[in-house]
Parts: sequence; structure tokens; C-alpha cells
Amino acid sequence: MSAWSSTYALLLKDVRSELRTRYAVNALVMFVVTAVVIVLFALRTDQPTSAMLAGFFWVVVFFAAMSGLSRTFVSEEERGTTMTLQLVASPSVVYFGKLLFNISLTLLLTCAITVLFVLVFPGFIVRSVETFLLTVFLGSVGLASASTILAAIIAKANARGTLYPVLSFPVLIPLLMTVMKATAGALEGDSIAQSLGEFQILISYIMVMTAGSYLLFDSVWND
Amino acid sequence: MERLTTLAKYGAVTLVTFVLVAGIAIPLSPSPQSWLEFPVIPGLEDKARNIFFHVPMAWTTVVAFLSAMFFGIQYLRKRDLDYDIRSVSAAGLGLLFCALATVTGAWWAKFNWGSFWNWDPRQTSIFILLLIYGAYFALRSALDSEEKRARLSAVYASIAGLTVPFLIFVMPRLMTGLHPGAKGDIEGKGPVIELKIATNMLVIFLIALTGFMLLYFWMYHLRVRLARCEHHLEQARADHGSVPA
Repeated sequence: MSAWSSTYALLLKDVRSELRTRYAVNALVMFVVTAVVIVLFALRTDQPTSAMLAGFFWVVVFFAAMSGLSRTFVSEEERGTTMTLQLVASPSVVYFGKLLFNISLTLLLTCAITVLFVLVFPGFIVRSVETFLLTVFLGSVGLASASTILAAIIAKANARGTLYPVLSFPVLIPLLMTVMKATAGALEGDSIAQSLGEFQILISYIMVMTAGSYLLFDSVWND
Repeated sequence: MERLTTLAKYGAVTLVTFVLVAGIAIPLSPSPQSWLEFPVIPGLEDKARNIFFHVPMAWTTVVAFLSAMFFGIQYLRKRDLDYDIRSVSAAGLGLLFCALATVTGAWWAKFNWGSFWNWDPRQTSIFILLLIYGAYFALRSALDSEEKRARLSAVYASIAGLTVPFLIFVMPRLMTGLHPGAKGDIEGKGPVIELKIATNMLVIFLIALTGFMLLYFWMYHLRVRLARCEHHLEQARADHGSVPA
């Protein structure tokens, strides 16, 4: 099998096993609902500004991603299937398969959160739809690209749940600051040209993180 | 190596003592005539002396982080546990100097910028560096086997190192800063700081930089030697069941 088709097969396998157990999806949906409701309780009748709403949006995305994205590798460790996977697929195939799965999971997550935010926050009006979509897309891909290798590290450690956000946060700060700024801009109606600087940062971040993870993944994956 | 360490020890003690004395004792003068007078910088006055301590500490933090990352990558290439010992020794010192640089910076900022913390790009960067060091040691304590700990913490240090260009070049674009060289600084020219400083202050600053580097080097060697001894002791315990005489 070529690298492409085995990557695709790995992605399909992860999607299938996720659809069977719905472990990550169920937990994520409940997490997102809980987090949004807490924000709503805290705000009561106040009308938050675009910058605040963009902040809340990415806070929910970040913590939801932190509770869901590590599943891809932790579940392999828990089921004891890591060694089988090491035998049947090369490390780069495993990395890109898991990366694609995490990207799709994060995209699904941000879509759900966007719909929820539009429904419950009257102030969450996207005045520049194309900027918003591009920001959310690049932000999700960036989030997944940095946290996939950290999930692989976490799967080998004790105290996985608490350690994951601790490890990810410093690495993700440049990304989070950029997407928060771009999202606030999109809510205010900034065009793509106005947010071009942020998109350049996001694209270079994705490139750097994916390339670095690809180079380092061998040393994480093979015992 | 032993002689180099001794040299670093005496060099560090001499130079840092010299900087402590000269940096604090040399008087300020509105129109400096001799080498033994610093110029008065309006708005900074005596607070300008912080440059001799704060900047070398921040510099040492970055050097420690980069060497921890470098030795981490060496470990991944050669799988020799001695590189992990060097990496973790450098990271431990980096954490110490990072805390010192943060505290001296925040203290100075209270008197010069009005509050301890302003979320200026450089303050944000050093805060992230503190978080990275914290996460690095949290990860190490969560891994049981020596080999796994060395391997995974080296990978984490490298991944964290990938954010450094973003902190240096991107952060100042995202937020307005107060440090020299930030966006909005009329005299600044982007991330590269042009040194505008009196010659005698520059000389003392460079001596301070050298002194702190030597101090780092000396402390680093002590830590590496201690960690090697502990490593051997642990192995001897594992091999013989008891400590050899």
C-alpha cells in the first residue's frame, strides 16, 4: 500500500472506531454545552464586546480540544493496540493519519461551537463571514497540528488528563493570540485583506508545527 | 575541562562582584566628564542600573533554554543518557534565571511603567518561557522509566523551541510594547534593538553579560557533575542492591 492509501486507511479506522464508541464526540458535546452555559450564567444580561466573545469562543475551543484530542493516542495505549500499529504502519503514516483525524475532530468541534455561539449570544454576529470561516479553519488546523504530537507524548505518561493542557498551552499561545485577534476582527467586519497578517502567522505556524512534529514523531512513537 | 570550570568560577565571582560594585556605586551626573560618571537618562535616573542585572539574566535564560533543547536533540540522535543529564541541568538553571529575570523585570516595571505586569510582548514571552519550563518538569515527573523520560522531554523541549521565532518576531506585531525595539517605539527599529547607551555603561553591561555567562557555565558544570554522581549511585544501587563503599 502506498503512504497515501495507508494514511487514509488509518484515518478511516479511527473514524470507524470513534463512530462505534462515540467516546470523544459524546464527551466533547457535553463539555461544550457545559462551558457555554457557564459563560452564559456568568454574563447574565451583559452584552460582551466582540473581543470578549472571540476570547470566550477560543477558551471553549481550547479546553474542549484538550479534553478530546488526546483520545487518538491514549485509546491505542489503553486498548493495547500500539504495538500492532507499530508493526503495520510506518511512523509518518501513523502521524499523518492521527493528524487528519484530529483536524476533522477539531473542525467538527469549532463548527458546533460556532452554531451554539450564534444561537445563544445575541452579540455574536459574524459581519465578515469569509474572514471568520478562514480564521476558524486555520485555527482548527493549527490547534490540531501542534497538539497531535503532544497527545502522543501524553499517552506514554502518567496523569494524562491534567498534563495535556499544561503541555499544550505554552506551545499554543502564539496561535491562540492570533486567532483571537482575527476572530474579533471578523466579528467587527474586517475583510480578508485586513486580516492578512494574522493569516500569514497562522499558515507559518501550521507549517512549522507540522514539519517539526513529523521530524520528531519517530522518537515518540518507537519505544 | 576541570581547568575551564575553575576559570569560569573565578571569572564569574570576579566579574559579577565588579559589576555589583561598579553598577551600583558609580554616581550619575547630568554631564558626565570622566569614566567614573554615568549620564542621567530622563525618566530612568538610578533605575537605569537594572540593565546590568536584568538583561544578562534574561539572556542567560534564553541560552539555558537553547542549550537544553540542543542537548535534547543530541540525546535523540545518540541515545546517550549523559546528554539528558546535561539537558535537564541546563533547564533547571534556565528556570532559576527565568524566575530571577521575571522578578527583576516586574519590580523595575512597577517603578518605571507603573505596574508590576503590563503584558508587554517581552513580558508575555518570558511568562510563556516560565510555563514551558514548568511543563517540562511536570512532564519529566510523570514519566517513570529513565529512557522514556529523556526521550519524551527532549521531544517536548524541541516542540516548545519551535515557538521561539513566533515569540521573538510575531508577538511584537500582535501587541504594543514598552520594551525598547517594540512597535510604537519611535527610536526602535523592529525586533532588533539598536544599543543607545553611554560607552562606560556599555562596557559594564558587557562585563555583566560575560560574568553572568561564566556564572551559568560554572553552575551548569556543578549540576552536571552532581547529576552524574547521582546517576551512578542509582545504577550501583540497582546493580548491587546496596551502595558500594
